[in-house]
Amino acid sequence: MIEVKGLHKKFDDEEVLKGIDFVFDRGKTNLIIGQSGSGKSVLMKCMLGLFMPEKGSIEYDGKSYHEFTEDEKKDLSKQIGMVFQGGALFDSMTVEENVMFPLRMFTRQKRKEMKSRVDEVLERVNLTGTANKMPSEISGGMQKRVSIARAIVNRPKYLFCDEPNSGLDPKTATVIDNLVQELTHEYDITTVIITHDMNSVLEIGEKIAFLKDGVLAWKGDKSQIFKTEDETVTDFVYSSDLFKKVRKAQLEGY
Amino acid sequence: MNYLHAIGEYFLMLKGVFGRMTKRSVLKDLIFKEIDDLILSSIGIVAFLSFFIGAVVAIQTALNLTNPLIPKSLVAYAARQSVILEFAPTFISIIMAGKVGSYITSSIGSMNVTEQIDALEVMGINSLNYLIFPKIIAMLAYPFVIAISMFLGIVGAYTAAVMGGFVGPEPFIEGLQDEFIPFHLVYAFIKTFLFAFILATIPAYHGYYMKGGALEVGEASTTSFVWTSVVIIITNYAVTQLLLS
Repeated sequence: MIEVKGLHKKFDDEEVLKGIDFVFDRGKTNLIIGQSGSGKSVLMKCMLGLFMPEKGSIEYDGKSYHEFTEDEKKDLSKQIGMVFQGGALFDSMTVEENVMFPLRMFTRQKRKEMKSRVDEVLERVNLTGTANKMPSEISGGMQKRVSIARAIVNRPKYLFCDEPNSGLDPKTATVIDNLVQELTHEYDITTVIITHDMNSVLEIGEKIAFLKDGVLAWKGDKSQIFKTEDETVTDFVYSSDLFKKVRKAQLEGY
Repeated sequence: MNYLHAIGEYFLMLKGVFGRMTKRSVLKDLIFKEIDDLILSSIGIVAFLSFFIGAVVAIQTALNLTNPLIPKSLVAYAARQSVILEFAPTFISIIMAGKVGSYITSSIGSMNVTEQIDALEVMGINSLNYLIFPKIIAMLAYPFVIAISMFLGIVGAYTAAVMGGFVGPEPFIEGLQDEFIPFHLVYAFIKTFLFAFILATIPAYHGYYMKGGALEVGEASTTSFVWTSVVIIITNYAVTQLLLS
């Protein structure tokens, strides 16, 4: 579980986060949604320790990040898996080397053990047979799956995904969404996902934080987001044609 | 003000490079890879350039020696001094700023724009150490490249001078040994080590701190070449003033 309390973050004079309070539950896919510039990525980067907030705290399983010693921060980073928007795979490494990277850096396993774990994870994300390919030789959807494999190979407690299905066709996007949700339940991890994709909200929004102009404007889950009358949320949610149709069907009693 | 900020940022980067170290076994592999990418892959072009630079120096000197009172062995003497003191360490380093420097800036810059550096940081890895330290260590082998350059420069001079009929083999060898000061080699290698450090770190700085996309990676490579060359030239002047004057 990750708890964010009263988080404020400024860049020069511009306040990007204005007191965010939210609990990201363990074993659930926690979604952060909102328009571009609403502070979603900044919130995630604060949670990852890449940005230092001016005020507020971030607690990992009850302990504030600011109270962590350097060694504890290092240990925490080993428990975090991150799926970047573009995959962020290392260009100079093969798929296998990419997935093996966290194991090489943080464990003392023998190469055979590492290889066995990498094969297991690649099989889990349906990428058997791609181990020796370079990232440039596989499709965008496969790159995302490699990125997910790299994020979970070291059995993390926390998984962060920055728009994991951006730039993918709807079918592949759904596959990625479902994979992330399955892994979250399977490994009982705290998953935090930034997304613009309303299909993802519909599919895997087990807990949702809606950010607007750096403020937590709404929170709930995928069933509640349809029912809310809050205009700030409906303006955003029903900008999607799919959701407009769902809303219309609801109002018509289907 | 921007220059001061950049200089400060560069030294903070160096502090970070020598900060938290990457796992030794991983570092070892990275160093060998960098030796391959930065040093071994440069030997071909350095050998080619050095041979012909040496040859041209010999021909130019020979063609300008019109006074019969000046011994022909001066061709070898001039070639040796030019190659050892300046052409091999400085001229080759400027070329390496283009080859190795651009490679370092663009490879780190590409990692920057594709969030690969963020990925390292999120994993708790000191990205400055992981990316730049192996390059600095690999560049410790750079004097080896310059030694090859010196040797081939003189071979080029010999080939052009003797084969071109400007001077006989014996006067050439005599001129090559004439008034040789071993400290000149020490001076050349001291500045080579300094240039190696500059070649590894200034392009890395430009790649690591660049902002933007693919176009900006190209701009950063060009800026990195300009600044690496400028710093090499200034360092060359300072070292020459300190050690030779």
